[in-house]
Amino acid sequence: MNTNLFDALATDEAATLTRLHQRLEHDANAADVLDVAYRTIDTPVGALLLAATTVGLVRVAYDVEGHDAVLAKLADAVSPRILRAPARLDTVARQIDEYFAKRRTTFDVLVDLRLTDGFRRNVIEHLRDIAYGRRESYAAVAAAVGSPKAVRAVGTACANNPLPVVIPCHRVVRSDGSTGQYVGGPLAKSTLLDLEAA
Amino acid sequence: MAEHGAKVLRVCRAVVGPVDAEDAWSETFLSALRGYPALPADANIEAWLVTIAHRRAIDVGRARSRRPVPTDTLPDRPAAHADPAARDPDLWTALGRLPTKQRRAVAYHHIAGLPFAEIAELLGNSPDAARRAAADGLRTLRKHYREDETA
Repeated sequence: MNTNLFDALATDEAATLTRLHQRLEHDANAADVLDVAYRTIDTPVGALLLAATTVGLVRVAYDVEGHDAVLAKLADAVSPRILRAPARLDTVARQIDEYFAKRRTTFDVLVDLRLTDGFRRNVIEHLRDIAYGRRESYAAVAAAVGSPKAVRAVGTACANNPLPVVIPCHRVVRSDGSTGQYVGGPLAKSTLLDLEAA
Repeated sequence: MAEHGAKVLRVCRAVVGPVDAEDAWSETFLSALRGYPALPADANIEAWLVTIAHRRAIDVGRARSRRPVPTDTLPDRPAAHADPAARDPDLWTALGRLPTKQRRAVAYHHIAGLPFAEIAELLGNSPDAARRAAADGLRTLRKHYREDETA
């Protein structure tokens, strides 16, 4: 009933909120209350969500994972102090751009692997050693982490890689040479493998 | 939390005017980030933000009163980046002329949508008194605000 009366309070709201949000991003960072910063980035495999703690990159998520759901999980698992704050992610965003432009073959960013532990973390750590353009079978990864029978568990670990693209779980393929499953979907996986093979 | 930014901005603008509203908004969300981890999962985020905005607005008001600027009317100086279109002098003047409790009651009820029981807690009065303050404030506002076409 009072919408008209208070309309003037909403004038120029979008521009003001954009400015205020930038100010908050800066202030929160300075006050050390920005636990998780995030942004999205457009890539040939769709929009990627990037999230970083003060330690380093903590999550990369494909569109199909549902960015809102991923942020909600981060709020539970890390901290609810989450803010869209691109500045903290400038470096990794630039490196991902360069990767897709074929001007970069390794990522040089600090990572925060707190979202994974135990066997899965061992697998994730090993994935970082699979070089650009190389492929390794699930069985070979299982053997490399000292559990040759845990082929299926390696698949699960890859599916739960908190940092796809940056930590190359896409380079793990089936022993018969077919690409296999991928957290970003099979098409994203073959896109990345083709990019690196070209 | 960000989805409540617009409403908190409107509340801040109504309570402290368009210029100080930006400081009040920033302080509100910074305080909210500090306190957020302690908030119960089932809390009403928006009501919680408005209560923080209420306290920050009081702080901003106090800071202003310490500055050597005559403030018997709402400040009319332009904000550093504010678009002039963002300020409707008539509405600010009309809101600024309301007694403090009426202005806050109007903002917390008619803009933020808080129930009178919660507004009474913020204003330190009874729900009935809060209801009357909002009603009186809105009546005065309608009388003085020439753009009002809702009557």
